[in-house]
Amino acid sequence: MEIYWVLGIPLAGGLFLALWGNRGNAPEINALFSLLTLLAAAALTARIVAEGPIMVGDGWFFIDSFNVFLVALTAFVAFTTALFSRPYMRIEKEHGRLNDQRLRLYHASYQIFIGAMLLALTTNNMGILWVSMEGATLATVLLVSLYRTPASLEAAWKYFILCGVGIAQALFGTILLYFAAEKVLGAGGTALLWTHLNGVKEQLEPTVLSLAFVFLLVGYGTKVGLAPLHNWLPDAHAEGPTPISAVLSGLLLNVALYAVMRSKVLVDGALGTDLAGNLMMGFGLLSVVVAAFLIKRQTDVKRMFAYSSIEHMGLVTFAFGMGGAVASFAGLLHMTMHSLTKSAIFFAVGHATQSAGTQLMDGIRGLIKTHPTIGWSLMLGTVAILGVPPFGVFASEFLIITTAMHEHPWATPFLLTALGVAFASIFGKVQPMVFGETELPRLPHQPALTPVFVHLGLVLMLGLFIPPYLADWYRQAAALLGG
Amino acid sequence: MALSYTLQVVNLLAALLLLIAFAMLSQRRIAGLVTLFAWQGGALAASTAIVAWSTGQHHLYYSAVLTVVLKVVAMPWYFFRLIKRLDVDREVEPMINIPTTMLIGIVLVIFAFNLALPISQMAGTVTRSTLGIAMASVLLAFLMMITRSKAIPQVIGFLAMENGLFFAATSASYGMPLVVEMGVALDVLVGVFVLGIFFFQIRETFDSLDLKHMEKLKER
Amino acid sequence: MTTGILLQVLQTLLAILLAPLLMGWVNQCRAWLQGRSAPPITQPYRVIRKLFHKDAVIAHDASPLFRFAPYMIFACMALAAGIVPTIVNDLPFSPAADVIALVGIFALARVFLALAAMDIGTSFGTLGARREMLISFLAEPALLMVFFTASLISQSTELPVIVETLAHKQFVIYPSLAFAAVAFWMVSTAENARIPVDNPTTHLELTMIHEAMILEYSARHLALIEWAVALKLFVYSALGIALFLPWGIAQAGDLAALPLAVLALLGKLLAGGAGLAFLETISAKMRLFRAPEFLGTAFLLAVLGMLTHFILEV
Repeated sequence: MEIYWVLGIPLAGGLFLALWGNRGNAPEINALFSLLTLLAAAALTARIVAEGPIMVGDGWFFIDSFNVFLVALTAFVAFTTALFSRPYMRIEKEHGRLNDQRLRLYHASYQIFIGAMLLALTTNNMGILWVSMEGATLATVLLVSLYRTPASLEAAWKYFILCGVGIAQALFGTILLYFAAEKVLGAGGTALLWTHLNGVKEQLEPTVLSLAFVFLLVGYGTKVGLAPLHNWLPDAHAEGPTPISAVLSGLLLNVALYAVMRSKVLVDGALGTDLAGNLMMGFGLLSVVVAAFLIKRQTDVKRMFAYSSIEHMGLVTFAFGMGGAVASFAGLLHMTMHSLTKSAIFFAVGHATQSAGTQLMDGIRGLIKTHPTIGWSLMLGTVAILGVPPFGVFASEFLIITTAMHEHPWATPFLLTALGVAFASIFGKVQPMVFGETELPRLPHQPALTPVFVHLGLVLMLGLFIPPYLADWYRQAAALLGG
Repeated sequence: MALSYTLQVVNLLAALLLLIAFAMLSQRRIAGLVTLFAWQGGALAASTAIVAWSTGQHHLYYSAVLTVVLKVVAMPWYFFRLIKRLDVDREVEPMINIPTTMLIGIVLVIFAFNLALPISQMAGTVTRSTLGIAMASVLLAFLMMITRSKAIPQVIGFLAMENGLFFAATSASYGMPLVVEMGVALDVLVGVFVLGIFFFQIRETFDSLDLKHMEKLKER
Repeated sequence: MTTGILLQVLQTLLAILLAPLLMGWVNQCRAWLQGRSAPPITQPYRVIRKLFHKDAVIAHDASPLFRFAPYMIFACMALAAGIVPTIVNDLPFSPAADVIALVGIFALARVFLALAAMDIGTSFGTLGARREMLISFLAEPALLMVFFTASLISQSTELPVIVETLAHKQFVIYPSLAFAAVAFWMVSTAENARIPVDNPTTHLELTMIHEAMILEYSARHLALIEWAVALKLFVYSALGIALFLPWGIAQAGDLAALPLAVLALLGKLLAGGAGLAFLETISAKMRLFRAPEFLGTAFLLAVLGMLTHFILEV
């Protein structure tokens, strides 16, 4: 039952805000709907933890430990982002960059975007998964171009076209999957249900499935931002409003990777080889390396952290590609840590750029003097994402790298070099932003930094101690991924 | 050749689809491109309907009707209106000259045929041989997208790609489950309208729909 | 055997005599479509007759080749008309009716025309010859490709066999022929100097190709060339009919089907001529430098037809 609430609330919120989003309190309504979604997701999670995997609505929705974990994460980050966007978007409006009409569009699309991602996570049907992924893209296209600047329009266009092309590949992959499934399961709606497919995965035609996986990986991988299909990602993150950068980075990439993982489980079963894993490792490693070296050249702070997202998603993809219990566990943990940390960083960056009036790192200096809280949160977030202990990212990266040393030693030098380069360049660029000399004026508003500290607190906590039930839960999810 | 006439007609329509995909590659005017797109939708709908009729797969009729409504009537109409309102029916200006594009196209067709051969041998459907054609039209549409610099041709390329994918679904496995097809159609529709809004934004900001103006965001 | 020879002679004569009529019909249709008052359908005959009654004027420095060329061209076309099946299939000349040989015959005629055009040494002649060579150099491979596509189906390059397979065996739709047909139309416009590649009615030096080559001819030579041009159009139409619409062509020795075959041929020519006129009316003459692109497209289409044959029809 909870599942209908989880999906219904964002949808209702989207409709409501589309119709009455002109009101002054629209940001609060947005946050309220997000809170309700979070509560529903929490109820759903509690139920799954208590009862194990469930199927709802004639098998149309399927929730197990793997996706409920992402549902909870999505709902949580969506809520905190809504909290952050409340003062942030107000300030943007006061600066004259937005008006009521666009804010209405923003709020309605935000809810629909969250709803589409939740649908993608909970649906059991690989076709609907595709439809909702595309829906999530469409909901954000107009958000990326919200400021209507030439650069933001260009970014949105790139986002639409590249993701559109990518997602078309994924559709072809889905067609091939259906084609293979239909021969085993018979035609009709049930042949695309993941649970059905999972039951007969050994009988699926290997040639077709391997081809299907290539298309699915390329298609959804475009949305994950895997190199060399990552071109849209930095632009969309840099030119859209900061809350959107936060949810794109923290959530959409996860959901796309979730789609890849669901396909991988099927393909592994059908092929009995490591083809899917090897492909993912290759793409993942390439993304880590490419992103790390591109970070060095960035001048725009949001772009830089967007590349950092590519790097981390590459790392997660690599971990899932290795497979096995430990690596999958590490991958899931890293996914969580990255979502929380990266969205926290974008919150801090959002306020920093607002006060500096520019996204160029050369223009942002001495945050620690003008806005100590923003400065500290940016510094802490950066330190966390770079994998400095005791933050959780360290734990997950450590696990991934030790597993890689053990199972694929050839990959470790690449990973370590890339992480080192990323560390040096990000730290070197953030340090003057926080501690440098400045004459910037103070922001007239109190920044909303509670979400930042909540996120970073969680990351710190999980770095020091993972509660046993949470660890169990991760372990279950990792087992589902073929651990 | 033991195929029945209906299936031969499907084959013919498949060939027509491919022919139109090539015609799109060589088309220089945007209005012509839209017309060709409508024709392609027509061929797709006709072949879907014939497959539905000859195999008794009734849900394919819905898909055919959907195609006619969306891709033959609604979208071309909308595009023509856009072209008129934005006043953009000039030459399309490919980034690579057209004969080269066509040559690349032929190579893509050969590639697609080779790729589809092992799969189509496995397919149980009577229309399986058209799978290669579907793949070829997807790749050709893709080629069109990457060689055109104007916004509307790129989108038409995108939609033509969708056409090819639908055709692939029909020929490989008598279409997807109806829910999925409806969902896909909805996405496409929403996408086109989002883009419609988008065109006006681009136009307002750049005074043109030429994407050559959009080259600021390059990796430095 | 005698009936065979008789029929062969009959078919060839019919082609030679009907050819100007087809030309007249196309011109008439075009005039109608363009809203002009049409010349009578027999106008080409009158022109030819008028030209035969005139005295020939030949440049002083013309070599014998210049005089000889019109006869050669006419002979080539007449031979081609003899071997393409129009009303009866499988005649005594049929073994010669190989499509590759046919392309060769056309090429021979073209070489003579181009040589004769250059022979006088006027600038227009050489210009026309060069342009003609450019066009034909691109058109020939495309034409061969079209023929190969058609011959893949019947596993033979002999026209009678192709006609036999298409018209008298079980009816099958060949999608590859759809590609080939479009390509064939494109090639024929180029080869017959029609719009959009060339315009047979202008004498504008910037654009003319074919007309530039025959500017120096007069009287009976010009008449022969004009006749050969009409004949070439007829042969191409007959080829198109044989490859893509062969139904109605009588089988060998089937005399009873003969009247019907003649009627069918007339019907198809009427429709085809009207179609040609229609296409010429709606399209515009393209710039000369677009022609390579146009013919390249024809070639690609023919290749595509061949590929389609392999994926759909094997």
